[in-house]
Amino acid sequence: MGHDWDFVTIAQNWGVLWVGLKGTLVIFSVTVVLGLGGGLIVGICRYIRHPVSRWPAMTFIEVFRNTPVLVQIIWFYYAFPILTGIEVDPFLAATLGISLNTMAFSAEIYRAGIQSIEPGQWEAGKAIGMTYSQALRRVILPVAIKRVLPALTNRGIEVFKMSTLASVVAYIETLNQAKLIADLNFNPIESYTVVALIFFVVLYPVVQATYALERTLAKGD
Amino acid sequence: MTDSVIRIENLHKSFGSLEVLGGIDLDVRAGETVTVLGSSGSGKSTLLRCINFMEMPSEGRIYLHGDLIGTDEGGSVRYSESELCRIRTRIGMVFQHFNLFPHMTVLKNVMEGQVTVLGRRAGAAEAKAREQLERVGLSDKADEYPARLSGGQKQRVAIARALAMDPDVMLFDEVTSALDPELVGEVLRTIRQLADDGMTMLVVTHELGFAYHVANRVLFISDGRILEQGEPRQILREPATRRMQEFLDGHAQFRLPF
Repeated sequence: MGHDWDFVTIAQNWGVLWVGLKGTLVIFSVTVVLGLGGGLIVGICRYIRHPVSRWPAMTFIEVFRNTPVLVQIIWFYYAFPILTGIEVDPFLAATLGISLNTMAFSAEIYRAGIQSIEPGQWEAGKAIGMTYSQALRRVILPVAIKRVLPALTNRGIEVFKMSTLASVVAYIETLNQAKLIADLNFNPIESYTVVALIFFVVLYPVVQATYALERTLAKGD
Repeated sequence: MTDSVIRIENLHKSFGSLEVLGGIDLDVRAGETVTVLGSSGSGKSTLLRCINFMEMPSEGRIYLHGDLIGTDEGGSVRYSESELCRIRTRIGMVFQHFNLFPHMTVLKNVMEGQVTVLGRRAGAAEAKAREQLERVGLSDKADEYPARLSGGQKQRVAIARALAMDPDVMLFDEVTSALDPELVGEVLRTIRQLADDGMTMLVVTHELGFAYHVANRVLFISDGRILEQGEPRQILREPATRRMQEFLDGHAQFRLPF
């Protein structure tokens, strides 16, 4: 089963892949900010012992954690417009699916971080007259977020890889463009191998950096 | 009485069906150091924690400088969260486990409440913080993080952090219990200095020597009630009740200086 590897065709179509990579970076930037940022808000709502914030947050988390991202993206693209009459383009559908899913997962990470803080820290804030939200912002969150930074970075790496799911609704990103090259040149092996390589080349240094970050953080404690 | 700083009337506290405080009456006057003794589970920490509303009293009234904390509503007292935050700035508390903010330097720890809660300008807050660190003998540690301090140093920073708010009264909740024995002295000396400076204080402790030498008054709490109180030299040598005698005997390392 020998295969004559031909990367020349890929190199000739590099421009097509480059467009895809830019699309990947755009959707990653948007979804990672919305997902990890929104997750903080959902996580706090989930943590606070108030039914008005807690139950909606819990419902949100359970819905989006227990359904596949791929199904969410397809649902937002095909079902949502029919149900609401609101048009949804591929970028929006993929962004919604990935962001909401990431929000649900990261909310649980933030919540775990907040819960890991010793009750004495809340008390110390309270004892100098802080309100609940002052203690949360000034005392609890800075330490909690630092503690869960490694878990959040992992989430960020997941988000980067999840961006390929956007290809299912034909959003122009790396995998989608690779499929284009594969279909035109009948070279799926090289095309998809290159996609995997691109992701590896981008992520490997990032993962190494997070290990270093974890070691640095561990030293600080 | 005009110089009453804290007055407590008929304070009760229950956790579920467990009654921890069964009616405490207490008046702490300006400049007084009151030491609270009692076995573990006697309710002495809960008493302290009710005074700055870390725990909400189940019943009873607390007055600060003669003014009722909370609003009287036909016999029972209702508390608003904003009033309690304001009250807590005037009642300093130091904890057994220090509870310093680990992500802030010593200086920032002492500045935090002043800036965030009292709204002081950074410059004024820093000057105040340095003054309080000087007072507890830790000026040279201002830029360190808490993780690099010894337990005794951490506790003195915690004292400075509470003092920086200019409280009317200080509450000390077993502040030497988590310390290595050789570090206890530096913390007790700091508190003694505060007593000499005329600070009004309530000190829950197991350090009978401190009670003997520093306190103006000793309370002995048992089963959520004040069983005995009086002048330390009197009460520690000749307790009136068997319970307190047993408690004192239990502190085998305690030797009265004769």
